[in-house]
Amino acid sequence: MENTLFTKYLLKNPSVMIFLGLLALFTVFVVIMAEGFGIGLISTSFVKTLGKTLCLCMIAIAMDLVWGFCGILSLGHFAFFALGGYMIGMWLMFARTKMIVLDAAQNVALPMTNAEINDAVGTQIFGVVGGAEIPMIWAFADQFWVQLAFVVLVPGVLALVFGWLAFRSRVNGVYLSILTQAMTLALALYLFQNDSGLRGNNGLSGLQNIPGFDDVPQSLISIWFFIASAAVLAIIYVVAYGVVSSKLGNIIRGIRDNEARVRFLGYNVESYKLFVFVLTAIIAAVAGALYYPQAGIINPAELAPIASIYLAVWVAIGGRGRLYGAVIGAAFVSLLSSYFTGGQAPDIPFGFATLRWTEWWLVLLGFSFVAVTLYAPKGIGGLIDHLSRKGNSS
Amino acid sequence: MIQLLNVDDISVSFDGFKAINGLSFDIGSAELRAIIGPNGAGKTTFMDIVTGKTRPDAGDVRWGEKGVSLLRKSEAQIAQLGIGRKFQKPTVFETQSVYDNLMMALANSRNPFSVLSYKRSRGDDDKIEDLAGQINLMEQLDVLAGALSHGQKQWLEIGMLLAQDPKLLLVDEPAAGMTAPERAVTVKLLKELAASRAVVVVEHDMEFIRQLECRITVLHEGSVLAEGQIDFVMQNQDVIDVYLGR
Repeated sequence: MENTLFTKYLLKNPSVMIFLGLLALFTVFVVIMAEGFGIGLISTSFVKTLGKTLCLCMIAIAMDLVWGFCGILSLGHFAFFALGGYMIGMWLMFARTKMIVLDAAQNVALPMTNAEINDAVGTQIFGVVGGAEIPMIWAFADQFWVQLAFVVLVPGVLALVFGWLAFRSRVNGVYLSILTQAMTLALALYLFQNDSGLRGNNGLSGLQNIPGFDDVPQSLISIWFFIASAAVLAIIYVVAYGVVSSKLGNIIRGIRDNEARVRFLGYNVESYKLFVFVLTAIIAAVAGALYYPQAGIINPAELAPIASIYLAVWVAIGGRGRLYGAVIGAAFVSLLSSYFTGGQAPDIPFGFATLRWTEWWLVLLGFSFVAVTLYAPKGIGGLIDHLSRKGNSS
Repeated sequence: MIQLLNVDDISVSFDGFKAINGLSFDIGSAELRAIIGPNGAGKTTFMDIVTGKTRPDAGDVRWGEKGVSLLRKSEAQIAQLGIGRKFQKPTVFETQSVYDNLMMALANSRNPFSVLSYKRSRGDDDKIEDLAGQINLMEQLDVLAGALSHGQKQWLEIGMLLAQDPKLLLVDEPAAGMTAPERAVTVKLLKELAASRAVVVVEHDMEFIRQLECRITVLHEGSVLAEGQIDFVMQNQDVIDVYLGR
């Protein structure tokens, strides 16, 4: 019964069917090719890169919802992404450090008291910033489910408060973009401080080691995370598609195109913006919580405003107002970016000078952004729409 | 006649310029009224105040039999009370179909969560088709609003106001940019509307106003200069001096 309902849904929404189908094929392909269960043609580190790319696709969907559909050019969504990462990172780091401490304690004659355990864990984690005390915000750090709830709650509440203040004051357009940028910058600067309670510029590290799974090799863990990322991306895509194809989707596109008209139709524009802002913040946070265990480390540099600006560039190149456009943009540009900046791309000698991709990639990205804005304002997604329409008519 | 809207001695100034100066205005529940006046007479500011976009410095705006003050309400709340507004420039959602434009305007719940779970119903489809018939856009339901002609966009916007089922319609320059046949249709439409609700039309075009055959309020420098039927107003010496005597 459930199966037929799902099938019906897919048949009614062919673009979702195509997306989920391609994502499933890609996932199976990578699993077969990887080291974990498969034949080992794809290295573990590249599986992680692909898994991280899927997480970037999730935040790109969030950006497309808030910017492409609702017209709010947020330049702060990476703050929510990183906060999600920090929240899960606290548990990963704390729980694992505690296990190490307890393991070491087994060789000692006297059993350690709780206070001694906490001291040891505190010294391990916070020694690097010259402290041994466990800050208040780590109170629930060894409770997995609480920290998992925080992944959603902390960025969600931040987005709710920030959005309520900004939208209520009718801050719009470029001013709102600047405000969101200020938010992420302020948060980054705060986290850079050693007494922020989150290890300052060291950030949280060792996140690739999952507590309780010390015996499992990274080649397997990377595959699990990859599959989980693909599954969550699928869910987020379906949820986002549900939102944009509902009447609420009509309203938020209306807000993007003509806010005053929506207001005079009797809709409280602020609550719609707030809904989208908070929903996308939560999507970004979930993406971040899956991203950083694959990256292994998170630090305040991740919140730099430039990250959120890149996000806008991905979505613009992929095509605003099309969910698959956002996914294509994020996947395409971020993979290219890691190829060119990873030093694998061959340098091009010109005799008088050598073109080094690590330096010139940003220039290329900048030019392609300008080119897309000028010649293909609907991005890669728009080209696909154009081609598929041509295919249909002929 | 039951009083629907009562604007009582309002004033507002922008950077020292008095846009509205002690303006009072009443309208009954089923009445067609035209407002004319030269540029800067305060016509658009008047609409901004009634719809909650601008707050007056002094005076009060009361609504309905109970005389609820509109001054502390937001645009959305005022719209939900039953005041619809048509802008000077046709403002429809150009990237969405005529159907979707009307569907969004229908008088259903405005709460985001009920909007999210909204499902198309037979009843709503019927209402939309009725409206489309009324505004001559029956054939264009699936067309993107951006692809409509200028006149059709004006009608669509009026249709969206009707979908809200308002008690008072504020219509800013409905005939601007319309061809003569389109104007005739618009006049007929506005007269039909005024049979069951109050309609206030702001217009420059005297010929168009003459066709409306209604009571006229002449604004000048933010207050009422004259009010009455067209012939009375046209013969008023003050009106001739500031507006007609060119």
